[in-house]
Amino acid sequence: MIHTACPYCGVGCGVVARPDGAIAADIAHPANRGRLCSKGAALAQTLDDSGRLTQPQIGGKPASWDDALGLIAAKFRRTIERHGPDSVAFYVSGQCLTEDYYVANKLMKGFIGSGNIDTNSRLCMASSVAGHNRAFGEDIVPGVYEDWEEADLVVLVGSNAAWCHPVLHQRLLAAKAARGTKIVVLDPRRTATAEAADLHLPLTIGSDVALFNGLLAFLHAAGRVDRDWTARHTAGLGAAIAAAGPDDIEETAARCGLDPELVEIFFEMFARTERVMTVYSQGVNQSSVGTDKVNAIVNCHLATGRIGRPGMGPFSVTGQPNAMGGREVGGLANQLAAHMKFDDPADRDALTRFWQAPALTPKPGLKAVELFEAVAAGKIQALWIVATNPADSLPRADRVRSALSACPFVAVSDCWPTDTSVYADVVLPAAAWGEKDGTVTNSERRISRQRPFRPAPGEARPDWWMFAEVGRRMGWEAAFAWESPAAVFREHAALSGFENAGRRVFDIGALADGDDAAYDAMQPVRWPLPAGATQEGGRLFAEGGFPTPDGKARCVPTPFQGLPDRGGHGFLLNTGRVRDQWHTMTRTGLAPSLMAHTPEPLATLHPADAAALGIEPNALVRLSTDEGEVVLRADLRHTQRRGEVFAPMHWTDLFASTGPIGRAVSARVDPVSGQPETKATPVSLSPVATHFHGLLLRRSGLALNRDAFAFAPVSQSNPLLDRAIQTSADSASDHRALPDICHWVRVPVDTGQLFRLTGLRAMPTGDDLDRFARVLLDPPPAADWIEAADPARGMLRVAILVDGVLEACLFLARNPVGLPSEAAVVPILGTAIPDAGRARLLAGRGDAGTMSEGPRICACFAVSRDAIRHAAVTHRLRSVAEIGVRLRAGTNCGSCIPEIEEILRDVRMPAS
Amino acid sequence: MNHIAPRRRRLVLIGNGMAGVRTLEEILQRTPHRFDIAVFGAEPHGNYDRIMLSPVLAGEKRFADIVTHDRDWYRSNGIALIAGEAAVAIDRDARTVTGALGSVRPYDVLLIATGSTPVVLPIPGHKLPGVVAFRDIADVESMIAAAGQGGGNAVVIGGGLLGLEAANGLLRNGMHTTVLHLMPSLMERQLDPVSSEMLRADLVDRGLRTILQANTAAFLGTDRVEAVQLADGTVLPADLVVMAVGIRPAAALARDAGLACNRGIVVDDGMRTSDPAIYAVGECVEHRGALFGLVAPLWDMAKVAADRISEVAETDYRPAVSGTRLKVTGIDMFSAGDFVGDDTTETVVYRDAAAGVHKKLVLRDDRLIGAVLYGDASDAGWYFGLILDAADIAEQRDLLVFGPPPEGGASDPVAAELAVAS
Repeated sequence: MIHTACPYCGVGCGVVARPDGAIAADIAHPANRGRLCSKGAALAQTLDDSGRLTQPQIGGKPASWDDALGLIAAKFRRTIERHGPDSVAFYVSGQCLTEDYYVANKLMKGFIGSGNIDTNSRLCMASSVAGHNRAFGEDIVPGVYEDWEEADLVVLVGSNAAWCHPVLHQRLLAAKAARGTKIVVLDPRRTATAEAADLHLPLTIGSDVALFNGLLAFLHAAGRVDRDWTARHTAGLGAAIAAAGPDDIEETAARCGLDPELVEIFFEMFARTERVMTVYSQGVNQSSVGTDKVNAIVNCHLATGRIGRPGMGPFSVTGQPNAMGGREVGGLANQLAAHMKFDDPADRDALTRFWQAPALTPKPGLKAVELFEAVAAGKIQALWIVATNPADSLPRADRVRSALSACPFVAVSDCWPTDTSVYADVVLPAAAWGEKDGTVTNSERRISRQRPFRPAPGEARPDWWMFAEVGRRMGWEAAFAWESPAAVFREHAALSGFENAGRRVFDIGALADGDDAAYDAMQPVRWPLPAGATQEGGRLFAEGGFPTPDGKARCVPTPFQGLPDRGGHGFLLNTGRVRDQWHTMTRTGLAPSLMAHTPEPLATLHPADAAALGIEPNALVRLSTDEGEVVLRADLRHTQRRGEVFAPMHWTDLFASTGPIGRAVSARVDPVSGQPETKATPVSLSPVATHFHGLLLRRSGLALNRDAFAFAPVSQSNPLLDRAIQTSADSASDHRALPDICHWVRVPVDTGQLFRLTGLRAMPTGDDLDRFARVLLDPPPAADWIEAADPARGMLRVAILVDGVLEACLFLARNPVGLPSEAAVVPILGTAIPDAGRARLLAGRGDAGTMSEGPRICACFAVSRDAIRHAAVTHRLRSVAEIGVRLRAGTNCGSCIPEIEEILRDVRMPAS
Repeated sequence: MNHIAPRRRRLVLIGNGMAGVRTLEEILQRTPHRFDIAVFGAEPHGNYDRIMLSPVLAGEKRFADIVTHDRDWYRSNGIALIAGEAAVAIDRDARTVTGALGSVRPYDVLLIATGSTPVVLPIPGHKLPGVVAFRDIADVESMIAAAGQGGGNAVVIGGGLLGLEAANGLLRNGMHTTVLHLMPSLMERQLDPVSSEMLRADLVDRGLRTILQANTAAFLGTDRVEAVQLADGTVLPADLVVMAVGIRPAAALARDAGLACNRGIVVDDGMRTSDPAIYAVGECVEHRGALFGLVAPLWDMAKVAADRISEVAETDYRPAVSGTRLKVTGIDMFSAGDFVGDDTTETVVYRDAAAGVHKKLVLRDDRLIGAVLYGDASDAGWYFGLILDAADIAEQRDLLVFGPPPEGGASDPVAAELAVAS
C-alpha cells in the first residue's frame, strides 16, 4: 500500500495505491480524509501504458537518451552563443513536481541566465499570484481548508467547485448540513455549485470587480470597516474605497446584470457575517482584469479584518496539482525562487551565492502568451515544453502551432503523444504519475509526497532528471549533480530558509536536513515550516505581519473598467471545465467511465438565444471569433445567461474534429499578471447545416487520422475542397481550412473508441460511399465485412469481424433516428459475436434493447440519469440520501449530488 | 312414413395429387356428407407430398414419411380410390369419366387436378433408358436404382429449383453430378445474380459441377444413355440423365373433352372451367393467363373450389405472391415476389460474404414487394407475411433487413436498477 497524492486539481487529495491495482482515497490525508471525486476514483483506469511514449525520439525516430539529451544541450548552447540567453525558453507545467520545477528554474534563471521559464500555471493562477503579491507582498493563501468548515458564509466566485474541486465542495456541503453554513455563488452560469447554494448571483461575465467594489462601498457605508485593524495592518484603504465608487446597489446591480435585491441580500449577508470566506478560482483568474478581481475581493476582507482567523479570508483554489509548488520554486517567469523577488537586490545576491549561479538573470522573462509570440517572431529559437500541451491549451491555438512549426528547435517531454509533441524535434518520454517520486503543494500550502508504485514503461524518466542531465551536459556538472529527488528537495528547502529570517513567509527550512528515509516517510505538512518549527504552518495574517517592508497589507484600488468589449460580435465565449475531464484529457481521456457524463464538447447557450439564431437543440453551431472558429453541438439551457455561450476547454484534435476551443479564444492578457482572458472572447454564433449522422466504433482508434474525414469523393469534383486541400498543404498547421466531410468526436469506451459523426457535406453515394466506409473502418486483410445498405434512405451499416470478434462497425443515416443507441452497440465492440447473433449484429439493438439511459450521472457507480429518475418515481425517493441507499449513486465522490438533486426536483411530486 | 333420403351428389376427382386431395379435404370440412366421391389416380398409391420427393432422393426421408393420405384415409371418408388407373376420357354429355382399365364413374360435379408433366426436350436420344424426369416417386426410385452403389456419372439438365434438388439428391447418392443450365445463372427466376452465384459456389463446394449457358445437343448411347453432348462439342459421360427443364400443365384430357384450354385448363375466379359442372385446381390450370408450379397457390385454389362445390360461399381465387425455398439441406434460401425491382422500387441489401448470407428486399412506397434471402432464410415467414399483407414498413424500415423485432425489446429500467443496486 503506497500513499501518494492525486494528480488532478489543486485540492491535493491523498490516495493510496493498493497492491491489487486499485487506487483508493487516503482516509488519513488532511485534504480529503477518505473522500475522492469521480476523476480520482477512476485513476486506476488511466494506468494504461499502451499509448505511452516509451523511448526518446529525434526527428520522429527512436534515439538513445544520450543522443536526445546531448542534442538538447547542444542546441540550447549553440542558440545561446549566437543569440543570447533570452533566445531560449522552457515552458513547463503545474503538473511537474516541485523537484522537476526546481531543477528547471535553477537551470534557466541561474545558469542559462534568462527569465524565460514560464508555466501553464500562467493560464490558471497568475492573477492570484499577482493579486497576492500586490496585497500581501508575497504569494500567500492566508487560510486553511478547515476554514471551509468553520465559516458561516462561504462566497464562491467564479468557482464551480462542485465539479472542479469536488472534495472541498463536499467538505463544504457536509459543514452546511452540520452547522448551516450559508453558501453564495457568484457565477454567470447556474452551475452545479450554484444549484447547491443558498443564493446564486448570475452576474454578467467580467463584472466581478464592479460587484466587489460595490461591496466594499457598501461595507464602508454600513460601518463594517474594522478601523483599528485596518489602521494597524493595511495601507491604501482610503484610495481603494474611493476607487470603488459610491455605495449604489442599483448601479452595481445594473453593471453586473443582476437583480438589485439579490445584490442587496448578498451585501447584507457579507456585511453581517464575521466568519465569511471568499473562495475564488478561474472565473476570477482567467480574465484580462483578473488581478484587479483578486484585489477587489481581498480588499473586502482586509477592510473588515476578516482574514487569517477561523472561517474567514480570501481563498484562492488552484486548478493544478502543483501550481502552488511551482510558485514556491519560481516556476513563473516573473518570480525568482523560494518567493524571492527580482526587484530585491538582497534576494538576487543571496540566490546567486546559494546557487553559485554564474549568470543569474537580472530581469523577469516572458510570460506564456508573450513567450509564444516571441517564438513566432523568431526571438526564441530553442524551446523545451514539459508536461503541458500549449498547441491546445493556449489561446489562439493555431498561432501557437504556427509558432511551434516555425521554431528552429522544439523539445517536448510528455507521457503521451499530444497535439504539441507533433511539432517536436526531440520527444522525451516522461515518467508519469504513479511512477514519479517527489512533492506537490496543494491550495492550502500543504506539501504532500507523490510516491511511485509502478515502474515507468520503457525508457520513460522523470523530468527533474532530464533537466539535470541537460544542465550537466551544458557544463554545469556540480550544480546539477543530484542523485535523487530527495536531494533536490533538500536543496529547495534549504534555499527557502537561506538568509530568510522571517523576510519571506515561504520557509520550509525545517525540511532541509532530512535524510532520504525522512523524505520517503514525509507526511503531508503545511508551510510555513522554518528550521526549528515544532508544528506545521497554520492560518496567516490574523494579526498582520504581512511580508511587506512596513508589514502592512496593501489595499489596491481597483476602479471598474467596464464590461468586456464584444467587438461587434453578439456573444461572449466563456470556457471552462466539465465535471469528469481534466485539462486536455491526456489522462482522463483514457478512462471510459469519465467520458459518460459529457461525451462530447458542447456549446451551452440560452434557449431563447438559440431560437433567435435558428439553432436547434443538439444541432451543430459554429462559434466564430476574431481568432478562429470551432463547431460544437448546441446544448440549450436556461442555466446560461443570454448573450453568453460556454464551451469546455478539454477537447483537442485527438478527440474532436473541431479541436481545442483555444482556436477561438482571444489572447488578451491581464496587464499585471499576464494571464490570458479565456472567459470573455467576443464570438458570433450561427447554425451549421448537417447532411448525415453516424456512429463509428473501432477497437483501435488513434490510428484514424484527420485524412479519413477530409475524404474527397472521386466522382464529385469539388473546387472548394480542392482549393482548401491545396491551401492546407501550404500551411500545415491551419486545419480549419479543411472542409471535412464530417464533424466528429472521439469517445473512448471500454473496448475501444466511439466516433460520433455528423455530416457537413452530402453523404457519398455508390462507390464513394464504399470507399468512405473503408477509409473509416480500415479493415485488416482477412476481416469479414458485413453490410446492410438502404441507399434510397442513405442508410449504411457495416461490421468488421476478425476471427469472429467485432473489430469495428459503422452506422450511417441521413437522420439521427436512423442510428442505433450507443448504449446498445458500444458493449459489443471487441466481443466475440456468436454465429447466432451475427445476423442481428448490425440491428444495433443489443441485448438491452434500444432505450438510451441518458447521461451517466454517477461516474463512480455508473448510474444513469434515467435510472435515478426511475428509482425516484417508482420508490418515491425524495432525497439524495435515499437515492444513495438504493442505487449507491452519489455515495462515493459526491460530485454528482447537485445533479441528483436537480433530477429529484424535476420528478418531485406535489406533497399529498 | 316414407323417408326418402336426398340422393347424394356424385363428385369425381381426376388426379390423386396434392391439389385435388386438399380440395376434397376442404369439401369434407364444409359438407361432410353431401357427396359420393370417387378418385382416379394414375399412380398406385395413396396421396403423397410431392414436394418432399427431394429429401427422399437425398436419402433424408423414406417414401412412407411423405405419404399424406393412405388408403385408410380414403376408406374412412367413404371415398372410392381408383388407384393405378388413369382417367382417359370425360363424357360431358353423359357426365361420366372413364378410366384406362375401363372403370366408368358418373358425376354431378367433376374436379380435374391432373397436375403437370415434366417438359421433355426433344433432343436426339431423349428416349434412351436412363434419361428420366423428376416428377414422381417412380422417377425417384429409378434415380436411386441408377445411382446403385454410387460412383457413376449423372447429368441434370436444368439449374432451376427442381433440377438442383435432383442434382443434390444424386450427389448424396454418391454420383458424380453435373448440372447443365441454359441461362447464365442458376435459379434465375428465384434468385438475384449475387445469391445465385453464392448458391453455385455452395453447390460446387459440395462437389457438384455446374456448366452455365450449356446448350444440350444430344444424348449419346446405344442401349441406354452413356453420355451427353453439348452444342460446343463437349461430351460428358452420363449413366443417368435427369431432365428438369420445367413442367407443363397436364391438360390433354380436358382439351380432348372440349374444355377451354390455352397452356392449361382455363378456369375463372371460382376455379370453374368452361363447363359449369367441371372445376379444376392445381398445376393443370391457367388462371387469368397464369400457370402455377408452387404449392401455396394450390392451397388457395382448393379453398375456393371447395367453397364453390359445396355451395357454401361464392369466393374467388386471388393470385397471391408465392415464396420459394430450395430443399437442399444446408442451403437456406427463400425468395418471393418481385425481387428484381424497377425504377419505382428501392432496394435494401444485407450481405455477409464470409457467412454466405445475402438478403435483398425490394420496396415500393415503403411496402415490401419482394425478397431474396440466401444463406439465412430464418425470417422468411415474416417477410412473406409483410409482402402478402402489403404492410406499411416505413416505421421499421431501418431495421427491416434484420428481421422481426425481438419480443419485449425495450430495456427494463427496474432490472437495470436492481442490477446496479445489487
